[in-house]
Amino acid sequence: MNGQLPLLLRPVERLGDGALSIVESLGRFGGFLGQAIGIMLTPPFKWRAFVDRINYIGFRSLLIILLTGAFTGMVLGLQLYLTLSRFGSEAFLGPAVALALIRELGPVLAALMVTGRAGSALTAELGIMRITEQIDALTVMALNPLRYLVVPSLLAGLVSFPLMTALFDTVGIFGGYLVGVKLLGLSEGTYFGEMQTFVHMDDIMMGFWKSALFGVVVTWVATYKGFNVGHGAEGVARATTQSVVLASVLILVWDYFLGSVLP
Amino acid sequence: MIKVEGLTKAFRGQPVLRGVNLEIPTGSITVIIGRSGGGKSVFLKHLIGLLRPDAGHVIVDEQDVTALHGRALDQVRQRYGVVFQGGALFDSLTCAENVAFPLREKLGLPRAETVRRVDAALAQVSLEGAAGKYPAEISGGMRKRVAIARALVIEPQIIFFDEPTTGLDPILVNTIHRLILELHSRHHFTALIVSHEIPEIFEIADSVAMLADGRIIETGPPAAIQASRNPVVQKFIRGEPE
Repeated sequence: MNGQLPLLLRPVERLGDGALSIVESLGRFGGFLGQAIGIMLTPPFKWRAFVDRINYIGFRSLLIILLTGAFTGMVLGLQLYLTLSRFGSEAFLGPAVALALIRELGPVLAALMVTGRAGSALTAELGIMRITEQIDALTVMALNPLRYLVVPSLLAGLVSFPLMTALFDTVGIFGGYLVGVKLLGLSEGTYFGEMQTFVHMDDIMMGFWKSALFGVVVTWVATYKGFNVGHGAEGVARATTQSVVLASVLILVWDYFLGSVLP
Repeated sequence: MIKVEGLTKAFRGQPVLRGVNLEIPTGSITVIIGRSGGGKSVFLKHLIGLLRPDAGHVIVDEQDVTALHGRALDQVRQRYGVVFQGGALFDSLTCAENVAFPLREKLGLPRAETVRRVDAALAQVSLEGAAGKYPAEISGGMRKRVAIARALVIEPQIIFFDEPTTGLDPILVNTIHRLILELHSRHHFTALIVSHEIPEIFEIADSVAMLADGRIIETGPPAAIQASRNPVVQKFIRGEPE
């Protein structure tokens, strides 16, 4: 077919092939989530696998969440104090740290950290299961691999991301407190009092919705890439890299859209 | 009876199967031989429904597997046991949990019955002592035997073995072959074995089919295959280089 086309038209054909391939990939990507949601809504539910995934994605990410949360809060405390003090507004340090963390940095940074730790591991684990025929073994046992390997991860992401984000925010607020109050001498009452005045439920809900969506996006990308891995160790390595990059980009893209849409 | 008719498959325009025809009688041990990369595993994956052919049919007891999807295909698979090339044991489960997995998930047996059947299956492959070990903690030969136990524990009517002895030393090769023969005489399942263990595999086969150039070029009892005048068959059996 390719050889029959005039030379001038071949770049157009290649462009068309490329566009079709992208559309097909997006279709498969969306179909994968659709199938998983369909299975999610039909029993039996694999509780053991779900608890295991909560441990894998959530509990094992706690240390990195606590560390990054604390230092993010401390950096925010320091930089915002220095900026706000130029305008004589250092009293607003508490709400500034809290709003930056709750609305924006908490969900995004927690999701990026978990993507690097658990998302990559999830892709690699499923990729190895694919190339060692463990996923095929489930299929030929007449058991749907999505029910055992994908649905528990998606639900674990949905549950554990908001919890980890809440933890990130809390630790971050105390990191800001440590620098602003204990180190730079702002009054404790001002730090928390102003926070109570300026942080509203809408801000908390925005962080919650963002983190819940990121939980689904990260586990969706990680499981899809793991399921559709190429050949051998190189295929697993490539899928893992793609998974982390794609999930990170999607987190930032969705962060912007949700930030625009949510109040 | 499994009947394969005109099975054709190409990957990115590269033909792998060019119209395979084969009959596998119920209760027999049929062995597919052929060179590495010759499409034996691809052929096997069509029989178990992991790949769909470009053309042709796989008929298992009057049912065309290639036309089935979803639950209907799963119904046919309920009768299958598959031993994959590398064993395909679940890394996160112990050997006993691997063998128990299909019993628990497919049959939903009570715990006591599951334990009894797992112990019996591991005893059949002489691996009672490995029950609590993880696949990474046991040897390649032991992994293959656990995989056989897992395939056998649900008492399937048809078992597919994808190169069950690849990478094992000659003693283990014979041990696995003898084990398959012994289990077959006890359970009377239909067995399809993909292998290139020549000549050892002839000792356990009822029938041998040679796959070359995407087609079955010779089929018959082991003695007939060994006596074949087909130069491709003879070259393969003797292991003559190109």
